[in-house]
Amino acid sequence: METLGHLAHGFSVAFTPVNLLWCLLGTTLGTAIGVLPGLGPALTIALLLPITYQVAPEASFILFAGIYYGAMYGGSTTSILLNTPGESATIVTALEGNRMARSGRGGAALATSAIGSFVAGTIGTMGVAFLAPVVVKFALAFGPAEYFSLMVLAFITVSAVLGSSSVRGLTSLFAGFVIGMIGVDLQTGQPRFTFGMTELLDGVDVIIAAVGLFAVGETLYMASRRYAGKDEIVPLKGSLYMTAAEWGRSWKPWLRGAAIGFPIGAMPAGGAEIPTFLSYAIEKKLSKHKEEFGTVGAIEGVAGPEAANNASAAGVLVPMLTLGLPTSATAAIMLSAFQSYGINPGPLLLTTQGDLVWGLIASLFIANVILVILNLPLIGLWVRLLKIPAPQLYAGILVFATVGTYGISQSPIDLVILYLLGAAGFLMRRFDFPTAPVIIGMILGPLAETQFRRAMTISNGDWSVFYTHKLSLTLLTLAFIGLAGPHIWAFIEHRRRRGPEHVPGDA
Amino acid sequence: MSTSDQQAAPSRLAVPELLIGIGLLACAGAVAWQTLAIPVSPLYSKVGPTVFPYITMTGMIVLSLLLIVAALRGGWQPEEEKETPTDWKAMGIVVAGLVANLVLIQPLGFTAASVVMFVLVCYGFGSKRTLRDAVLGLILALAAYFGFARALGVNIGAGFLENQLNTVIDALITMLRG
Repeated sequence: METLGHLAHGFSVAFTPVNLLWCLLGTTLGTAIGVLPGLGPALTIALLLPITYQVAPEASFILFAGIYYGAMYGGSTTSILLNTPGESATIVTALEGNRMARSGRGGAALATSAIGSFVAGTIGTMGVAFLAPVVVKFALAFGPAEYFSLMVLAFITVSAVLGSSSVRGLTSLFAGFVIGMIGVDLQTGQPRFTFGMTELLDGVDVIIAAVGLFAVGETLYMASRRYAGKDEIVPLKGSLYMTAAEWGRSWKPWLRGAAIGFPIGAMPAGGAEIPTFLSYAIEKKLSKHKEEFGTVGAIEGVAGPEAANNASAAGVLVPMLTLGLPTSATAAIMLSAFQSYGINPGPLLLTTQGDLVWGLIASLFIANVILVILNLPLIGLWVRLLKIPAPQLYAGILVFATVGTYGISQSPIDLVILYLLGAAGFLMRRFDFPTAPVIIGMILGPLAETQFRRAMTISNGDWSVFYTHKLSLTLLTLAFIGLAGPHIWAFIEHRRRRGPEHVPGDA
Repeated sequence: MSTSDQQAAPSRLAVPELLIGIGLLACAGAVAWQTLAIPVSPLYSKVGPTVFPYITMTGMIVLSLLLIVAALRGGWQPEEEKETPTDWKAMGIVVAGLVANLVLIQPLGFTAASVVMFVLVCYGFGSKRTLRDAVLGLILALAAYFGFARALGVNIGAGFLENQLNTVIDALITMLRG
């Protein structure tokens, strides 16, 4: 029960008035950017990275964590009322949630998603508190070869297993590697990929990459698609208080969603897509009201996936804090915030930075409480935010993109790189390349390279370290299965069935 | 997770996707060129700074070839994207706004450049009330400059407008203290 003692200490850190204010600021900002289409937690945290030069690590991580959790709550509001999922994890919420809103039960949909997020977020945060020390004990045995293999596994799952195409996911990842390698090689001091430009010696700042891909790319994409037609905001109808029947139909999906979401999020694979889709499928199968799915909207189909989404968001923090392994774009940017403080997340983080980690975990509990208050009684405020017209919204996003980029070194070259990455982001959005692997590759790539070179130096240049160490071999095998497995399976299926198969599903 | 790319797609050449594949191949070429330019000290010959670049380059070549094959088989664009015509005019105006910002930010300062960009981007997105957009852009840019930049301690380019306002604010502060 060591954990409880640590947690109590964490609460004493998080409950200082200043840190409570940071938490309130983060959750409010997070909800706002979650509600606004076109803005996400990764972009927002990237824009706020300069704050790491100003305040203590506890304060900025409490702020970032508030934004991270808040964006999940805010995102579901947009999915339900506007039917434009801000991110892939809330696609499922939009499926049933928007139908519920259209049939006049938007209030209940918002309530079950907010309360479900609270329940699952709290369970997930508890999971982080209890699982993290366990993972640390395990991770202390890791050498450079194991770390490298673990990172390879994470690369494969993040880019190739999740998402619609492994080739396009890996392409994004490799583009991220290239961006991450730009600049001076830390081990030998040699400049790499600088094309002879002194401006590139420091490398491409993660702020520029995130802002270019997410803000500029998204704006260009939205401008190019003005013919696509607009989604209407469904006016909020129905009481925000759920009936007894709705509570009865919600609580089991919440718990099941949390039970699915947290373990999948906590694996080095990460991603909220699989748990949300899985939860949706399970709730649809178990529901006594199957006729409501895809017609008037079933509350189970909102409650389960929303819970799964939030629990997996909490789970992602486990590999991030214990192994230094980010599995989402937001986690990758948080990792670069750690680096900016000179802190290296890893097994030692919990002992060397106990105040920071346990304060952060405690603040996540507080954030959940604040968020459920912000998102239920104050929902009207956020609905008003949805009415900001697109022209001014996107123009404003670009103004803040300029602030974030030009502020780094007042160099127009940075703006040129920003726009080039924005153009790339537009093409990726248009041609269905995922953008998150770019950020993950850019942050995690150099770390993987360091571990790789460390392992090879220890083994005196002998490649066999990666497959003679049992754990390393297991991880690499898993990565290989993740990459090749689906293709082999599809090939066998294809041979067995012969002929085009009809894919059922109403998604 | 679905492999809808290959399913039911007429095996026709998809030009945009082919260009992406070729572009990526060119990027791999640039990676190769820059990797060859990295001087390798014999001290680090075992795992020098070029090993990872070479691995990356190999991966990019394989991936771009796979993309080119997919393009030759009809591409992978989602139907929804294909059916929506691209609004080149809107995009062009937004790009003009970005370029204006880039060109003006040094001579005129952040605020003025941002207002020009704001107005152009709004116009590109179909807003017809240019004057109102200019006022909105000015308020937002000043808020970003004084709130965001000053609070975070970020230095963004000050031009004529910011300097005047800074002088006024500093004067006010001295007056209040005085």
